Formats: sequence, structure tokens, C-alpha cells
Amino acid sequence: MQRNDKKSIASFLTPAAVLLGAFMILPFLMAFILSFTNQRLIPSPRGTQFVGIANYLRVMGDELFKTGLKNNVVFVIVVVPLQTALALGLAILVNIKVKGNKFFRAIYFIPTVTTMVVVSVIWSFLYHPDGLINGFLTTISFGIWDGIDFLNNTSTAFPAIMLMSIWQGVGFQMLIFLAALQEIPDSFYEAADIDGANTWQQFMYITLPQLKNTTTFVIISTTILAFRLFTQVFVMTNGGPRNSTYTVMLHIYNMAFKRLNIGYASSLTVIFFIIILIISIIQRFVLNDTEEVQ
Amino acid sequence: MEYKRKRKILAYIMMIILSIFFIFPLFYMISISLNPDETAILKNMATIRAFFPAEFSLKNILDVFERMPFARFLFNSTFIVSTTIIIGLFVNSLAAFALARFRFMGRAFLVSFVVALMIIPFEAIAVPLLLITNRLGWLDSYIVQIVPFIANPFYIFLLYQFFKSFPSELEEAAIIDGASWFGIYWRIALPLSRPILASVAILHFLMQWGSFLWPLMVTRGPTYRPLTVAMEVFFGQYPRNWGDIMAFAAMMTIPVLLLFLFLQDTYVNTVSRSGIK
Repeated sequence: MQRNDKKSIASFLTPAAVLLGAFMILPFLMAFILSFTNQRLIPSPRGTQFVGIANYLRVMGDELFKTGLKNNVVFVIVVVPLQTALALGLAILVNIKVKGNKFFRAIYFIPTVTTMVVVSVIWSFLYHPDGLINGFLTTISFGIWDGIDFLNNTSTAFPAIMLMSIWQGVGFQMLIFLAALQEIPDSFYEAADIDGANTWQQFMYITLPQLKNTTTFVIISTTILAFRLFTQVFVMTNGGPRNSTYTVMLHIYNMAFKRLNIGYASSLTVIFFIIILIISIIQRFVLNDTEEVQ
Repeated sequence: MEYKRKRKILAYIMMIILSIFFIFPLFYMISISLNPDETAILKNMATIRAFFPAEFSLKNILDVFERMPFARFLFNSTFIVSTTIIIGLFVNSLAAFALARFRFMGRAFLVSFVVALMIIPFEAIAVPLLLITNRLGWLDSYIVQIVPFIANPFYIFLLYQFFKSFPSELEEAAIIDGASWFGIYWRIALPLSRPILASVAILHFLMQWGSFLWPLMVTRGPTYRPLTVAMEVFFGQYPRNWGDIMAFAAMMTIPVLLLFLFLQDTYVNTVSRSGIK
């Protein structure tokens, strides 16, 4: 009975190692190899050949891919700041010591445990041309608002999906901020009170600097989620109208599953992964840059 | 004092306005799902009356059971999710225990390797995984929705951090008493790790229960179809019957919401844990 008992070590590690190897590391490496081939899901009689960088050259001229990538970037630029700010606001709000703050905390996180497919279905009904949101806008504008078909309009479909995504996801980041807020020692605020700092100054000079690492984490993880955008756009608009909600993941799905072109879909996957990798590296960089984290 | 009271009232007003924003879609879903009159649903969908149907009944719910094998979908999802979680807890905690409590060459490297694997999103392996599972003849089955999702580097890492925090005396007494390593893991480490096991189970649940892209790719007919894909297929059938659609959505959502409200503190702890990446 030693801590270096080889047999025990092997038997404890083997199940996870085999599963990760077969269903994560192998497909991950295969994506790189397949991206240089013309592999089909159902192999063609001519077999699979290496095609060099042909797939990557094709990506360069793929207008649909560019549209998808542009939409993902727009989603990041709009949703990430809004969602992060709202999450922080909510966390500060439910961190105020009043009766019932746990109740409100629960209400704000309920959407995060509601499955995205269900959320998409409910909001499709809310966004109906004769639906509740149009009705509400007509009422508060005293009838000036003319109902619009949010999800069938190129200028409103994507913003509508963004709003819904924030509604669904913000509670999760709120809880992360809340945990970080509760770790800031009360003595910091007490000292600031004695020095005569007002609430705004306390927020700027205590809360925000103390939340730097958490904020970085939230921004990066929301950005990565934004690049993985799929379910909402698949269910609500399928990328339309006129590709205004098309995303990179939707393109990968269509190439692999509709066109059965595994080789080309793999090259898109590799590019997708490189984007995620760059974002993750930036996170490590920023976090290491600030202070000694753990 | 006056200032503090004003601040509290302001906080309440904001909290209530925000709660309306976060809760109205779910109330809307429930009200529509209980409204048996489809004409009334369409007539009142844009007004406050949508929230208060003239009559309540379970007609839509019965319709859902009649129009499709809902019970089958529910079973599929429940079976896939629970099997993945249970086997996953076992497999991931075994690996984490070995990384945290054993001493061997390459241990530190393996830990950083697991951390590196956490960066790979599922979407980056979905396409080759489709090819692999297709070759294995696994398409349209339970196994294709369970086995690839058992081992997970993030859960191994969370469990590893927890096991690492135990003092080294933990096993020493047991070792002297002649316990096996598996006995120490099973009878000492696991019972001490209930909070982290609960967190991992919750994260695993949310991931698998909401899983959509993968079952969309690998299921063909209704036999192995989970609730998420069944919801999407039903939603895509015209003419849409909103009462039935919302009944499906509500049946899929309400039990989970109740479970999470019941487990509120565990869920809150879980999310804060997932933030310390």
C-alpha cells in the first residue's frame, strides 16, 4: 500500500483516459487531418484523398462563412458588454441585505436552468407579429408602434435573438459576480466609509478593482459562448432571413450534416477552434498580468 | 437612516421590475399551456388576458401525449442524462482521486494536460466524432448520446482540486488498517466530497439535459430522440398549435425549475465554483 502503487494508479486512471482518448483527443486530432482531405460522411466509391490546403483556400472565398463569422463578431460586440454589465448590476442588487433578496436571486437565475430550445420556442411566440412584445410596444407608444415580424426582418431578427440570449444567460454570470462580491472583505468598505468615500467612489475604487479577475473570466467565457452560438438561431430563424442570423456553427453543421462534407466541415472546425484558443490565451494572459492568481 | 430606507425602497422597486422581465415568458408559457381554446390563445396573445385564460384545463397536455410519444422522449432524456451523470461521477472522480492522492512520474504533466483539454469546446470535435460514431455503427442509439459525454476534463479538474485539499493523514490511518485504495476512495474520499459531487452532477445535468446539436446530428427517428430535439421537431410542424407547443415546453421545463428552486443553494455554490477556472 504505497502512494505509487502502479496497479492502483492504472486502474483509477484508465476509464477516464480511454474515454477522453477515444471521444475527445482522437476526434480533436482527426479534425486537423480531415481538414486536408475530401472525406465524406458516407465514403464515396473513389475513396478519400488528401487535397492539401484546398479546403482552407475554399474557406477564404466562402461568403457564407464570412457572413457567419461577421455575425458572431457582432454578437460578441453587442452581447458581451451588455450581459456583463447587467450581470454585475443584478449581482450588486441581490447582494444588498434586504428581506427577500434570495427570492429575487432565484427569479433571475431561473432562465439559466431553462433549456435553450424551450427558451427559443417561447420567445418565438413572444416575437410573433401579433405577439405580446408587439402588443406591449403598441400599448406603451399609444398605438404609434406598428407591429413588426421581428424574426422575419433582416434588421430585427438578430437583435431579437441577442436580447433573448441575454435574458437566458445573464443569471449565470450574476451568480459568479455575486460569489466574488461576497469575498470582498467588509472592512474595505468600512475603511472607505471612515474616509468619507461615497457609494460611487466605493464602487469605482473598491468593488471594480476587486472584481477584475472575475470580470475577465465572465467576459472571456461569454465571448466563447457567443462563438458557439447555434441552438437559438437554428430553432428560431435557421440563419435567416437572408442569412442575417447565420453563424459559424450553423455553417459547420450545414456542411457536415446537410452536405455530408466532413473534410470541409473539419477545416471550418479547425478555424473555429483556433479562434477559441486565441480567446483562451488572451484570458490566461490578462489573468496572469493582474496579480498572483492562486 | 432616512437615506438607507430610501435606498432599500429603490432596491425593491428595481428588483421587482427586473423580476417581471425575467419571469413573464415562463408565466406566459404556463398560461398558454393551460388554455384549451386555441382561438382564444391567438386572439389574446398580445394582451394581458393571455396570462389569465377564461378556462383552465389539461387538454393541451393530453393532446401532446396523443399526438406524439412524449413519454418515450421523456424516458429517453431521463435515461441518457441519469446514466451519463452516474457513470460520469464514478469515472471522473476515480481519475481525479488518482491525480490528487497518488505520487507518480508525469502526474503534474497529466494535471496540466487535463487543464489544457478544458479549452476544447464540444463544437470543435463534433464533426470528427460524427464520423467516428458512424463508423462504430452507433448512430441512432442511446450509447452515442451517453458514452462520449461521460469523461470530462472540467469535472475531473473540479474534483481534483477538492481531493487535493484533504490532509495526507486521511489515508494513512486507513492504510495501516489494511484498507485498499479503492476502499479509501469509496468509503472515505467520496462521502467527504458530497458538495463537490453535487456540483459536478448539476453541471453535468445542465449540459446533457439541454444538449441539442449532438442529438440533432445522431438521432434519426423518434425512438432515441431526446426532449430537446423532439421539441424542435414539434415546433417545426405546421400549422402550429401554440397551446400544444407550450404544453410540451411546460412539461419539459417545470419539473426542472422546481428541482433547481429546491436545490437553490447547491446551484448557487455550483456556479460560483465553475467561475474559479
